[in-house]
Amino acid sequence: MQSREYKTIDGNEAVANIAYQLSDVIAIYPITPASPMGEWADEWSSKDKQNLWGTVPHVVEMQSEGGAAGAIHGALQTGALATTFTASQGLLLMLPNMYKIAGELTPAVFHIAARSLAAQGLSIFGDHSDIMAARMTGWAMLGSASVQEAHDFALISHSATLKSRIPFLHFFDGFRTSHEITKVQMIPADVVRAMIDDDLVQAHRERGLSPDRPFIRGTAQNPDVYFQARETVNPFYDACPRIIQDTMDEFAALTGRQYHLYEYHGAADAERVIVLMGSGCEAAHETVDYLNANGEKVGLLKVRLYRPFVPELFADALPETVKTLAVLDRTKEPGSVGEPLYQDAITALNETRAGKMPTIIGGRYGLSSKEFTPAMIKGVFDNMSAAQPKNHFTVGIFDDVSHTSIDFDAAFSIEPETTVRAVFYGLGSDGTVGANKNAIKIIGENTENYAQGYFVYDSKKSGSMTVSHLRFGKDAIRANYLIDKANFIACHQPIFMQQIDVLEAAVRGGTFLYNSPHDPERVWDTLPRKAQEHIIEKGLRFYVIDAYRVAHEAGMGRRINTVMQVCFFAISGVMPRDEAIDAIKDAIRKTYGNKGQEVVDKNIEAVERTLAHLHEVSIPQTVTSVAEMLPPVTANAPAFVRDVLGEMIARRGDFIPVSSLPVDGTYPSGTTQYEKRNLALEIPEWDPDVCIQCGKCAMVCPHAVIRIKAYDGAVLESAPETFKATAARDREWSDMMYTIQVAPEDCTGCALCVDVCPAKNKSAVNRRAINMTPQPPIRDQERENWDFFLEIPELDRRQIKTTSIRQQQVQQPLFEFSGACAGCGETPYIKLVTQLYGDRSVIANATGCSSIYGGNLPTTPYSTNADNRGPAWSNSLFEDNAEFGMGMRVSLDAQAQVAAELLMSMRDVVGADLADDVLNADQSDEAGIYEQRERVELVKERLQAFLSSANGHGAQVRRLLSIADMLVKKNVWVFGGDGWAYDIGFSGLDHVLASDRNINILVMDTEVYSNTGGQMSKSTPRAAVAKFAAGGKPAAKKDLGLMAMSYGSAYVAQVAMGARDEQTLRAFIEAEAYPGPSLIIAYSHCIAHGINMGTAMRNQQAAVKSGQWLLYRYNPLRAEAGQNPLQLDSRPPKLPVKEFFRMENRFRMLELSKPEVSRELFRQAQEDIHTRWALYEYLASRPYATTEGDN
Amino acid sequence: MPDLTTTYLGLKLKSPLVASASPLSENLRGIRRLEDAGASAIVLYSLFEEQIKQEREATMHFMEYGTDSFAEALTYFPEPETYHAGPESYLELIRKAKASVDIPIIASLNGTSIGGWTQFAQNMQSAGADAIELNIYYIPSDVDMTGTGVENTYRHILTAVKQAVNIPVAVKLSPYFSNYANVAKQLVDAGADGLVMFNRFYQPDIDLETLQVKPNVLLSTPQDLRLPLRWIAMLYGRVDVDFAATSGIHQAEDVIKMMMVGASVTMMASALLKHGIDHLRTMQADLIDWMTVNEYVSIEQMRGSMSQINAEDPSAYERAQYARALSSYSSLHDIR
Repeated sequence: MQSREYKTIDGNEAVANIAYQLSDVIAIYPITPASPMGEWADEWSSKDKQNLWGTVPHVVEMQSEGGAAGAIHGALQTGALATTFTASQGLLLMLPNMYKIAGELTPAVFHIAARSLAAQGLSIFGDHSDIMAARMTGWAMLGSASVQEAHDFALISHSATLKSRIPFLHFFDGFRTSHEITKVQMIPADVVRAMIDDDLVQAHRERGLSPDRPFIRGTAQNPDVYFQARETVNPFYDACPRIIQDTMDEFAALTGRQYHLYEYHGAADAERVIVLMGSGCEAAHETVDYLNANGEKVGLLKVRLYRPFVPELFADALPETVKTLAVLDRTKEPGSVGEPLYQDAITALNETRAGKMPTIIGGRYGLSSKEFTPAMIKGVFDNMSAAQPKNHFTVGIFDDVSHTSIDFDAAFSIEPETTVRAVFYGLGSDGTVGANKNAIKIIGENTENYAQGYFVYDSKKSGSMTVSHLRFGKDAIRANYLIDKANFIACHQPIFMQQIDVLEAAVRGGTFLYNSPHDPERVWDTLPRKAQEHIIEKGLRFYVIDAYRVAHEAGMGRRINTVMQVCFFAISGVMPRDEAIDAIKDAIRKTYGNKGQEVVDKNIEAVERTLAHLHEVSIPQTVTSVAEMLPPVTANAPAFVRDVLGEMIARRGDFIPVSSLPVDGTYPSGTTQYEKRNLALEIPEWDPDVCIQCGKCAMVCPHAVIRIKAYDGAVLESAPETFKATAARDREWSDMMYTIQVAPEDCTGCALCVDVCPAKNKSAVNRRAINMTPQPPIRDQERENWDFFLEIPELDRRQIKTTSIRQQQVQQPLFEFSGACAGCGETPYIKLVTQLYGDRSVIANATGCSSIYGGNLPTTPYSTNADNRGPAWSNSLFEDNAEFGMGMRVSLDAQAQVAAELLMSMRDVVGADLADDVLNADQSDEAGIYEQRERVELVKERLQAFLSSANGHGAQVRRLLSIADMLVKKNVWVFGGDGWAYDIGFSGLDHVLASDRNINILVMDTEVYSNTGGQMSKSTPRAAVAKFAAGGKPAAKKDLGLMAMSYGSAYVAQVAMGARDEQTLRAFIEAEAYPGPSLIIAYSHCIAHGINMGTAMRNQQAAVKSGQWLLYRYNPLRAEAGQNPLQLDSRPPKLPVKEFFRMENRFRMLELSKPEVSRELFRQAQEDIHTRWALYEYLASRPYATTEGDN
Repeated sequence: MPDLTTTYLGLKLKSPLVASASPLSENLRGIRRLEDAGASAIVLYSLFEEQIKQEREATMHFMEYGTDSFAEALTYFPEPETYHAGPESYLELIRKAKASVDIPIIASLNGTSIGGWTQFAQNMQSAGADAIELNIYYIPSDVDMTGTGVENTYRHILTAVKQAVNIPVAVKLSPYFSNYANVAKQLVDAGADGLVMFNRFYQPDIDLETLQVKPNVLLSTPQDLRLPLRWIAMLYGRVDVDFAATSGIHQAEDVIKMMMVGASVTMMASALLKHGIDHLRTMQADLIDWMTVNEYVSIEQMRGSMSQINAEDPSAYERAQYARALSSYSSLHDIR
């Protein structure tokens, strides 16, 4: 047996560690929650880490998972050892290749962080829906239940695939295992070496394609032999299970960790046994132990090998005594007899125990990382004890529709007292999660204790709450569910105390650590009533620290991570205090050592300052507070928002019954308005005396919290006292009043508005027409002002000149208060579309940032106007968005055509003049749209009147009535990021651009995959550092606009709002007006650029000034008029690109990490700019050839 | 041919024509060209501790910003194996310069903390610098800081650096002290091997278009040499230290004047930025011509010949502008 090396790592790293060692080629594509595996591989490769054979694997990022699978297939076919990592939709895209790889009996391993599939909604979380969709591909499927197993089974898979020639799909539960950090015994290099037979590697290589020994593989076969050929592989599948078990035995001999394909755990004479696979086995394992220790006779069968499924081994693993078997599936197959594992179990037992079958029931649990706890597991056993156990049940939800759910006692808990359970509530930006990850490593690697950490994030990208669940103890920890009974709770943000019941999970005698600006004498009175009750009733010890003060004094800004970490160690008692503090300091030196001494010094200083500021609070005998918790949504929220979405916001979504949820994924628009997040410490305040009413502040506001109205001054009579108004400066609005109002509780405080404000106070130029000011003192007053502002009628859209920003920005945004990052560079473009055309647009949105901040529950930002019109939004997939939009367009066109034809046929009914007016209407501007709506309303009225008079054409009239609204122009907008447009969705985008359909495509180009954490796309510019381009991207950015222009029939524009907002506006208007496909490529600064988001519009300016980003518009209509269709809106590059690069961490990082490479790539980037400018200048200035061939 | 050699900070130089800190010495190519054109020593561009600190902190901030907040994107950048956000590239330049040129290389340092000053100075010494020029670029804006406090700060920095290294150390400083002569003496007493006179501060300007304060780098003009000329003249022979004259050295005559008042070397940046590196050749040729025509045999011969202690009218260096106007009708003695 080997010496033991422990590491505290997550499942993704544990798996990547093995896969990397055993691969020549790794082809990947980012997808949550598997992305980190590919990122590890890329990072190790960029640092020249060697594999088992002493070479550095080639890691290639592909354009899609389909591409990755194809690349792997090619690599395998030419003799390489190849692997990939994926999940969910990514695995679906790999299926075609997987059939091929298996059909060709090719050793390979795919590692899958199993995740839900998008159905009624997308989910990034874990279940087995994806891997179950791969069960018929012919791959062996081996499932891990824990981080340790994931590490071990990765090796067993790589070893067994070489022996069996069957490719392996090694899966483990997304997030629960992929992201859980825990103490793992690492497999030593010599064990890895011993488990891999080089002769088998050689045999695989020799089966590869080579012109030195040519053959052909991948033929097309006919009815005569395809069938027989398909049966040739049977012996390999028959042999495979034995091979895997032998490999597991070999592994056990080397490591002491013995696994079995079907592993029974529990009472030898159990009568009730549950069957499941994946991480649920761990919770079930400890629950079975607990129940048996308390007199029950129950058991658990862990299914490790799902394919090939071996009935005999499955049956043999079960005790003879079993009377009832509950087979639990972490997936749903609607319409099936039962879920897959259930069906396999029945078949297996029917084949092996015919005549003496136990009762077998099936159930579903844990979809989309739904908790699977000992309480639920006990509920399953209790169900099995019933006279008539419920079959096809669900557990963990309340199904009041189909009544599938079984009951369980939520209070049932088996957590041993010896395990320290700590829960931390933090803000994404305060470093809580990072500190806790460090704490786990410190404990895991400095003590004999086991340590486990799991982190829950919310779905907003700005101001997000993080909840860290940490366990420490002398015994191995199988409790892989959230902590609901904690003996230590820390709240790092005072606002959370008012929003959620932080102390609900505290156990009697537990400890509460609170970060508060209040001193120990006064902090008690600041707590809400409920918190005080918990503290008194449970006898909690209560500690307070002003962590922001300590962090600030140590020069750490608002990063309170180190401070809170010290507090945790100081009062939790998991380690001796001094040892813990020394370990924290060591960890700081290790983590920050290469980032500069002063960074280390500041953190150390924070450590040393902390204890002096940590105080225990003496607890009064009685509750003194009358403050109640804040309601999750505003009082005016509709019932559905209050009862369903509000419960999700309050983190009680787990208790929402099935009946409360829409059956088809349809949710109401405009629900973010009811969720007041109060994120901003400072918000903008308008100074009407300085304001020049240019509208720029509203235009750039990513969250639509700065609104402008021009209105009749008479409404001001009922205005609140502090409501600000001034005379409108625009000559066309000379009789109106003008107000810029901020939504105080929705603002994220990014300050982009202040930075772009061009008006400076003449007496103090550091003041502008809009200035950041602390939010709390003006919150109430501004809430009242905001409510009043909303009541002011919107200006008639026909009175707004949309070509001028100062007027256009008065248009009501129909996209508001999204969960995008503070200062987001994408959302201002979306908001602009909704202002201009939101009342008549259908939006197809590619998966990515824009689908998350656009459509992630609980609340969503696309909203409606006073007429209840607004954008109709949907997300299909990542890869198909252009096609999705195309389908919408064709559909709307078809319906409009039917409506027009019906109207033609009913000229007599509606009146010939009206019909002609409708059919020939000019709908190119707001007035035209308005008039057409009026006409269509009249048509509908006349149709209704006709129906009432019952004159025989009823069916046709009703048909026309149902689609008459299609006679009013509808826009189709297709939104997505560069990952979609340049990579995975490019072929669809290209296809749409080649069509003649009127589709408007907005590509919000952040030049990386932002949503999954900054991976390189083909839009990433040369020299930028991104994931999968750690050494700086060596190739130039793809010129998508130039490609689109090559058709000559698509409108193409490239814009950057921060550089020239008027050009942006013009491009959007032209794109919408163009009757064919339009493509707008919009520069979108991003958190993944490593920039100051509050001044990010300056980065856009610099990008344009340097020529790194060109502004242009290509309008085929100009060509029809004999003009050059391309108008270059940029000026010649003036700023050396190096100066732009130095403004952004994505480029600066290359200078810092690889100075030599950066010099060369920066030089090439400058050359790119010259070349590109010369090309575009030529294209824009060349004489344009007319169709007659004249110049 | 006259002997142009001079000694500065104990370094034997082939002429008094030294290239002072400027972008021209930011890379090896520039350093080689300066040597080829006749520079007798090169002061490298300044290493700013504050800039390095800011760089590191910014990198750290942007590496961490937005991390561990959103389940799909727990980080945004790959973790690089090494960071060069420190003095490494500067030290590398010293090493390469020393390996590539024969003339002395003087490293220039601007620190913000005692630890920074000493650590970086040691690094520079280890990298092979022949001497260090402390570029104490400090604008006191604290209304409670006394003149003595400012002077103490300078002295402390120098003392700490002198204790940390054994190569010569010069101090480049501004003329804005209530008694510059006393400050000079204090610094010499604290161990300064040379005084570089004077530092030229960035002079902020206002852009009336944008209403922003614009840092403005103005090149020196020949008139700027008057200030160092006066102070070197007055201090020569009174404080025992090498003087480097910088500011306004644009032609050979300027060099001669500075030598005559007592400077050991003259340092040039603006003239070379304006006229090109080859201007050094012209200056050297003109220097030789002038010395030949005027029968000076060596720089050493003329050094200090017009300093206050050797001048025909020593008080001329001490007169203030308005005094010169008054002196046309009133005796010098009367107005003093």
